[in-house]
Amino acid sequence: MEIILFGQLADIAGASTCRVEGVQDTVMLKAKLETMFPGLEKVNYMLAVNKKMVQANLPLSGNETIALMPPFSGG
Amino acid sequence: MQTPDTYKRYQRQTILPGFGDAGQYKLLSGRVLVIGAGGLGCPVLQYLAAAGVGVIGIADCDTVSLTNLHRQVLYSMEDIGKPKAGTAAEKLRALNPELIYRVFNEAVTTSNIIHLIKEYDIVVDGTDNFATRYLVNDACVLMNKPLVFGAISRFEGQVAVFNVPSGLDGDCIHYRDLFPNPPKDGEVLNCADSGVLGVLPAIIGCFMANEVIKLLSGLGRPLSGTLLTYNALTNDSMQWQLQKHPESDRLVPFTVAALQQKDYAWECGLPPAGLEVDAVAFEAMLKEGNVELIDVRELEEKPELKQWSHQKIPLRTLMKDGRTFFAGQVVFICQSGKRSITAANWGNGKYADKKFYSLRGGVEALMGGKESH
Repeated sequence: MEIILFGQLADIAGASTCRVEGVQDTVMLKAKLETMFPGLEKVNYMLAVNKKMVQANLPLSGNETIALMPPFSGG
Repeated sequence: MQTPDTYKRYQRQTILPGFGDAGQYKLLSGRVLVIGAGGLGCPVLQYLAAAGVGVIGIADCDTVSLTNLHRQVLYSMEDIGKPKAGTAAEKLRALNPELIYRVFNEAVTTSNIIHLIKEYDIVVDGTDNFATRYLVNDACVLMNKPLVFGAISRFEGQVAVFNVPSGLDGDCIHYRDLFPNPPKDGEVLNCADSGVLGVLPAIIGCFMANEVIKLLSGLGRPLSGTLLTYNALTNDSMQWQLQKHPESDRLVPFTVAALQQKDYAWECGLPPAGLEVDAVAFEAMLKEGNVELIDVRELEEKPELKQWSHQKIPLRTLMKDGRTFFAGQVVFICQSGKRSITAANWGNGKYADKKFYSLRGGVEALMGGKESH
């Protein structure tokens, strides 16, 4: 599935998009992403599946688009 | 205040289908507070004043600097060094003298925010730091005020409307649903450190002004329960459907008194904003190091302070003889937290290179806290 990383998260991942396969739900996905990009576990971000924010664990089929958004402070 | 020209001034928007004189009347009766008259605040203020929002509050404690001018185009060279809020009001008055402008040239704090936002129908968050963003969010949740939120970073921006029931399930989403707890200082870059494209706050600020106008006039569908994101490099824009976080409402202080006690700067990993720290904050300072604790009670006063290692220097001796402090931060403690405030004020006035604090409530608060657990 495609992962889109916003703001500073793209710096941490080294790219603004990446692909992750073989995860069954959003908890597994987060764990996998945090292993791939170690800086990720230290920062705040929200996760959306197909543009819908996810709070609890959500099963994934593999065809979703995932987006990770950090908070911005600038004004 | 309305003049014969009022009709003419707003004619291009009153002829819009669905807007009309009724929409204009709603704008002219509206009261909007813009917190932060910087990159986001400037375009919001300009378009709200132009559109005829009746009462516009402007809160900013900053002054105009040369580095502001590439994006805060409300200001000019001759404004450098002048307070932003007052200067903005002057410029807006030149644009539209028929409105009421209220200037607040001070920092928005836990002690003044409730009084400040009470007077307005909508609050706009154009601030540039998390401590104030979380404070503004919590105060608006507590007072049930619609909050138009905007934030930027480098080439990207976010816009949302909080505390307005969303169309889908009627939930009132706010900032803590997105990010329940503030990031620590340094975790997220600010504009000064990471840079920002000058037109980006103008684009995002215009989105924010648009949301205010929609909320006041009742036109269209506001971004409640939705986060709009925009990337200036790719023109990619996305609308995120937001969801309540199970903890978010619990993280907002339940009462005005509780909000006034909260130290938002400290929650964001900054040095405590005020003179007082509580035991939790002090423990955190200890972990970071570079702090020393001094008991300013008389030597015979009981009970002994056992929790933390400390020095004993009675207040009078301290203020008479002074002392060489080895840490950058000094926390004073006494019986009830009164003498330690005197000591902290004395220290902050005398030693410019150190920060002095008072442990809130003193030894009595520590004892009380223990018994209640």
